[in-house]
This record gives sequence, C-alpha cells and structure tokens, in this order.
Amino acid sequence: MVDKIVVEHLNLQYADGTESLRDISLNIPANAITVLFGPAGGGKSSLLRCLNRLNDLTEVKVVSGKILLEGENILDPKTDVIALRRRVGMVFARPVVLPMSIHQNLTYGLELAGEKRKSRLDEAVERGLKLAALWEEVKDRLDDPAIALSGGQQQRLCLARVLANQPEVILLDEPTSGLDPISTGKVETALQELKKNYTIILVPHSVQQAARTADFAAFFLQGELVEAAEGKELFTHPRQKRTEDYVEGRFG
Amino acid sequence: MDKSRNWRETIITAIVKTCGYSAIVFVILIFFFLLREGLPALVEVKLGDLLTTRWYPIENHFGILPLLTGSLIVTVGAMLIAIPFGIGTAVFLSEIAPRWMREILKPLVELLGGLPSVVLGFLGILVLSPFLRVFLDLPTGLTALAGALLLGGIAVPTTVSIAEDALDAVPHSYREGALALGATKWQTIWRVTLPAARSGVLTALMLGIGRTIGETMAVMMVTGNAPVLAVKLTSIFSPVRTMTATIAAEMGEVANGSTHYHVLFFIGLVLFLISLAVNITASSVVFKSRKRAERVLS
Amino acid sequence: MKRRLSVDRFLVQRLGVAFITLAAVLTVVPILGVFGYIIAKGAPAISWEFLTALPRDGMRAGGILPAIVGTFYLTLGTAVFSVPLGIAAAIYLAEYAKENWLTRLIRIAIINLAGIPSVVYGLFGLGLFVLFLKFGTSILSASLTLSIMTLPVIISAAEEALRAVPQSFRTVSISLGGTGWQTIRKIILPQALPGIITGVILGLERAAGETAPILFTGAAFFLPRLPGSPLDATMALPYHLFVISTQVPGMPIQIQYGTALVLIVFVLGMNLIATVIRSRARAKRQW
Repeated sequence: MVDKIVVEHLNLQYADGTESLRDISLNIPANAITVLFGPAGGGKSSLLRCLNRLNDLTEVKVVSGKILLEGENILDPKTDVIALRRRVGMVFARPVVLPMSIHQNLTYGLELAGEKRKSRLDEAVERGLKLAALWEEVKDRLDDPAIALSGGQQQRLCLARVLANQPEVILLDEPTSGLDPISTGKVETALQELKKNYTIILVPHSVQQAARTADFAAFFLQGELVEAAEGKELFTHPRQKRTEDYVEGRFG
Repeated sequence: MDKSRNWRETIITAIVKTCGYSAIVFVILIFFFLLREGLPALVEVKLGDLLTTRWYPIENHFGILPLLTGSLIVTVGAMLIAIPFGIGTAVFLSEIAPRWMREILKPLVELLGGLPSVVLGFLGILVLSPFLRVFLDLPTGLTALAGALLLGGIAVPTTVSIAEDALDAVPHSYREGALALGATKWQTIWRVTLPAARSGVLTALMLGIGRTIGETMAVMMVTGNAPVLAVKLTSIFSPVRTMTATIAAEMGEVANGSTHYHVLFFIGLVLFLISLAVNITASSVVFKSRKRAERVLS
Repeated sequence: MKRRLSVDRFLVQRLGVAFITLAAVLTVVPILGVFGYIIAKGAPAISWEFLTALPRDGMRAGGILPAIVGTFYLTLGTAVFSVPLGIAAAIYLAEYAKENWLTRLIRIAIINLAGIPSVVYGLFGLGLFVLFLKFGTSILSASLTLSIMTLPVIISAAEEALRAVPQSFRTVSISLGGTGWQTIRKIILPQALPGIITGVILGLERAAGETAPILFTGAAFFLPRLPGSPLDATMALPYHLFVISTQVPGMPIQIQYGTALVLIVFVLGMNLIATVIRSRARAKRQW
C-alpha cells in the first residue's frame, strides 16, 4: 500500500509552551480510512489541523518535524497553503454551513479558485452531493438556504462541499458527534465508498466508530503516539497495555 | 493567477493596516495642531495672567478661571441630574418595566440622544429659561441652571443606553439566586445586579461626563455667556460661560494669529487634555474591573 | 422583632421601586414633550415653499432650501471620507490585528477621538483644513472635519458588526482554500453589512446635526445662492437654527420652529432608516 502522507518526528507546542504532540511518526496509506483515536487532549485534532496547515490560524506551533504529502514537506514555509487546502479538505465537528444557498455552499471552494463557468460549477455541485449521498434529498431545492437542512443533512453538505473541490485527502474531525445514529450511519457508509478514490483520515467520536470504520488506526494518548497498526489488529490484539485498556473502556 | 492574487492580497492588507492606524494618526494630528496654535498663548500671555479671574479680551484680559468654573459648575450640575435620572431610568427599563414597555421606551430615549444639541438649546431659549425666570423669580433665565438642565438632558440618553446594556448583560442566574434566597426585587437590584454591572455603569457615567464637558451649542445658547467666576452655591442661578461656548462665540470674530486667537486655541488644548484624561480614566476603570471579574470567575 | 424587619424590607422595596419609576417617568415625559412641542409649533410653518424656496427678507420669510441642501451636501461629504476609512479600519481591528500594545493604543485613540469636544474639532478643522491646507471655509473643510469626528462611531459599529459574524465561517473559508481577503470579501463583509450600514447611518446622523465643527470651517449664514463646488461655503440646518434663534432680531417664531422641525425630521428620518435596516437584517439572517 502506497503512503499518501508521512509524518516524521513531529513536535507541536501550544502558545504557552506546553507540549501538544511529542515526536509523532506515522504513515498514512492512500485510498484507505486511517483513524486517529484516543481520549480528549491527546493531540489528534492538532495533528489533523497540521495536515492542511489550519494550525496557522491557531496558537499551535510546529517546533520540529516534517509532514510529507506525496514526498513534499507541507510544513515548509514556501508551501502554497492555498493549493494545499484544496488538495486536503476538512469536515469539522459541528456542521458549518455558509450563510448561502445549498448550491452556493458547494460552489464556494471553486469560486475561490477562480472558477466561473456555470457548467463546471453545476457539475461539481452534482458530483459532490452524489458522493456525499445527499443528491436525492436536495436536488430539487438547490437554491434553498443551506441553514434549512437538518443537522445530518448539513454535515453531509459539508462533506459534499469538500468533495466539490476535488481534493485528494479528506480530514474529518469528529464529524458525527452531533448527529443521530441514522445520519451517522449515512456518513460512515459514504466514507466507505469514498475511500476507494480518496485518502481519508478520521478522528472518531467513540471507540466503537473507530473500530467500525478503521482500515488503519493510531492510538494517541496525551500527545504521544502509543501504537499504530491495521484496524482489525489494533482493536482485537493491541500490543500495548494502554491501548488495550482504552479500547476495553477501562479509562477514557 | 495565484501570483497576482498574492500581490492583491498584500496590497489590500497594507491598505487595511494603514487605515487601522489612522485613528492614532488623527489624535496625534489634532494634538499637534492645538499645540501649534495654542502654545504661543503661553508666550504672549504669561501663565500667571491666564489664571486670573477676568476674561475681557478686548482689553487684553485673558483670565480663563471664570471659564473653567463655568464649565465645572454646569458639568457638575448636569451630572447631578444625569446620574439619578440616567441610572434610574436604566434600572427601570432593565429590571422593572415589562418587555413591551421596554421595547417602546428604549428607542424613545435613544431618539432623544440623536437630537442635535442646537435644537435643545433652541428650546432652552424659548421655553426653559423663560420658565426658570418666572418660576424661580430670577432676573434672567439664561443661567448655569438652565445649562445644567439641558446638559443633563443630553447626557441622560447616553447614560441610559450604556447602563441599560450593562445591566442587561448581568446573567439571569445572579438575580434568580438572590430572589431564591428571599431578597426583594429592590434588594436584588441594589445589592446584586447593580454591583455586578458596576463597570458598565461607571463607563456609562464617564461617557456621560465626557459628553457634558464637550457640549457647546446648548450651553452657549442658554447659559447667558457672562464670564463671571462661579464659585458660590448661588452661582448656579446666575449666568456663566463655559470654555466651549467661549471658543464658539469668539472664534469667528478673532483676527488670525492674534493673541486672542492663540488663547482660544489654548482653551481648546485644555479641553482636549481634559477629555483625554476622562477617557483614559474611563477605559482603565473598565479594563481593571474586567480583569478583576475574570480573576473572580476563573 | 421579626415583624418590624419584614415591614422595613417591603417598605424599602416599594420606595425604591417608586423612586426608580419616578426617575424613568421624569425622563420619558420630557422627551415626549420636546418632540410634541416642536412638532406642534413647527408644523404650521411647513409648506412646499418653506422646503424648496430660497430665503427672503434677511431670512425672515421664504424658504430654507439652501440650509437643507447644505446639510445634505455636508452629510454626503462626511460619508465620502469617513465611511471607507472607517470600514477599512474596522476590518483591520476585527480581522487582522493581534492583541498587542499597538492595537490597544489604536483602541485608546478611537475612544479619545470619540470624546473630543465638537468645538475642538472645529478648531482643529480651522487650523488644518481651512488655514494650513488653504481649503478655506468650504464644504470640503467642513466635511473633512466632520469625517474625523464621525470616524470613531463608524469604526466601533463596524467592528462590532464584523465580530458578530461567527468565527466558524472564517475557518471553513480558509479550509476550502480561501485567502484572508477573499474570506472577508465573500462572507464576512456581506454578513456584517447591515450592522455596518446601521452604524454608518447613526454616525452620519450625528454629523448632520452638529454645529460647532462647521462653525469656522464651512458654515455661512447669508449666501445668495446654493453652493456650486466643494470649495464654497454653505448654509446648514443646525447653524441656521442657531443663528436665527439667537442673532436675528424680529425673526418670526414660526420659522424658527419650522426650521427646528425640519432638522429633527432630517436627523430622525435617518435614525428610522437605520432601525428598519437593522430589524430587517436580523429577520433575514442565516445564522
């Protein structure tokens, strides 16, 4: 399996100097779902945000290390972060729909890139919505304000919005934490389809979700990468006691 | 295409940044010009002569003390009105009035705040001062009292607006907690809600004071414009003259570059420094209270 | 013993509430009185001629058109200078500035600009625009002076409107590959626009009613015709009211009240527009 992203000895620090992530080295394979899981405060979200350089917006600093996307270090100051963020898209924990229509939400990313042709934009809208399994539900009301959708639909809209941008990698930070089980199921099903063509990195909101979806899994505890392995392996035969304790629910 | 976007982004960021700094530039510019035209007054008229009690520019008497006391007495009088009425109305709107009444009255009070001061001065001349003259049996109604009443009226809307916002911001849980302990509504207001809103209320008062010190037209029209030293308690019933009114009234007739001209700018400089002091005090009061609140809440 | 305590408490309660209510009544009733009085006494003077004709007989008859037009020009001039500058400064404070000493200094400067007495602005305008830059007593000088005075109001209102837009929109826009300015232009500004417009109108409303800043920088009383260029002086409603109520003997009372009424309507009309914009925007908001 080819590695899409390789994290090499990454060290992150908060603004006040406390450590966020300590010496993280991790290989993330292409066209698979890699799950970063662990109790709160483990640094998973911070790592995720480094993968599309969204950490530039926060007070989290990279002290040392590299993140290679297909061989190129995206932490390099010369990196074109705009282009990077189009290749690596993100879905956040709470659905954030932009204050526009459904159609406009989906074309927003492309318009940022300068795409003006109506045909291309409409095409992207349909493509994104179909990939996110939302097309059938909204195809007749694309001009309605996006805020009118239900929570689950909004989150799938956010996924569609990322997909309309034609990324290579999709980051998801607890995407179903506010959703009901049916919506959660729809998102997880969509991800299983999507992994055939995209690299997916997911921070789950529960160990169960991690076990359900992971092709590969990495366990983070208080800034340290404790263990990383194939999904089935990690959850059934964890090698570290800490991993086993967390998976079994003895702490968390 | 990305490179041109980079350029555009850089230029726009630079423009926005410059505009951001503009406020500082203007304050410095104003200060500089006041100094430029006002400091010569200290040369042409010695400081000792400026601090005398006779303001009669025609005969080269430039004592600004009567103007200072004029401003002072009118401001103090105005605050004596604005504080009870302003805070009282704010408390009424925030704590006692039913919702529908508040929705009507608050915009009404703000409407008064939007009224140009020249209109209030106008009414002051035609309505208020004749009334005062008759009611208090005075030789003229154009007195410090008229000025204080009008200024109080001008300061009240600002005070009410900000104080009411501050009271509104106090969390409901504070009030509920007090009432649950058996306090009456008044006790809740007086001992819990008002103290909790203290920094906002103080800000409201300071901004009200700022507004009164700086008011020009209304006072010029009703205080009688007699530069007489106002230090007795009964001075409130006599005509006075404020610093602001002096500048407004005399600037038009003054020769450019003359001593009178420089002294008027000097008075302007004094006003600028007073408002600077009031504003810095106000913002540090708010800042300190907020820090204390943060410490307490954490 | 216990009974006396509870009687005291409730007595205090009733007195306290009564006092506060009295304060409110004594505040609100005069406000209504002021408006009512001016409307009642000024309405008879309002006629088509009053609003559209030039004055005659030393301002004692005819209309006040030049004053109305002048106030309009001054308000427009103020907007031209203060609105772009104010919004840009607000964007800087809300979107770009970090919380350091320099930003605090800017905020202190804004608070100070807001507190400077209007007559001091008049002096400043006289010193800088009229004399130093040699613009003379003109609409230009007066507008520039009023702009600096209006700036803090616009900056404060605009900054608040920008900050009210949820931070999550910015994060999403950046994560989709947007630059800072693209995010501001496509999402933040449009969403903040109603709040900004409200603040701008309220600021301009204040500028329209001010007399002291234009006293020595642009206002004139007796002009034979309407101003032809920004370098002309102009009549203006607040200044006009001031002069006719204090310095013109034999001025008919009705014209004075009429002028006051026109000024109030001009100013409060702006207030009304701002309020309407604010409530309609709140209803249509998508967040």
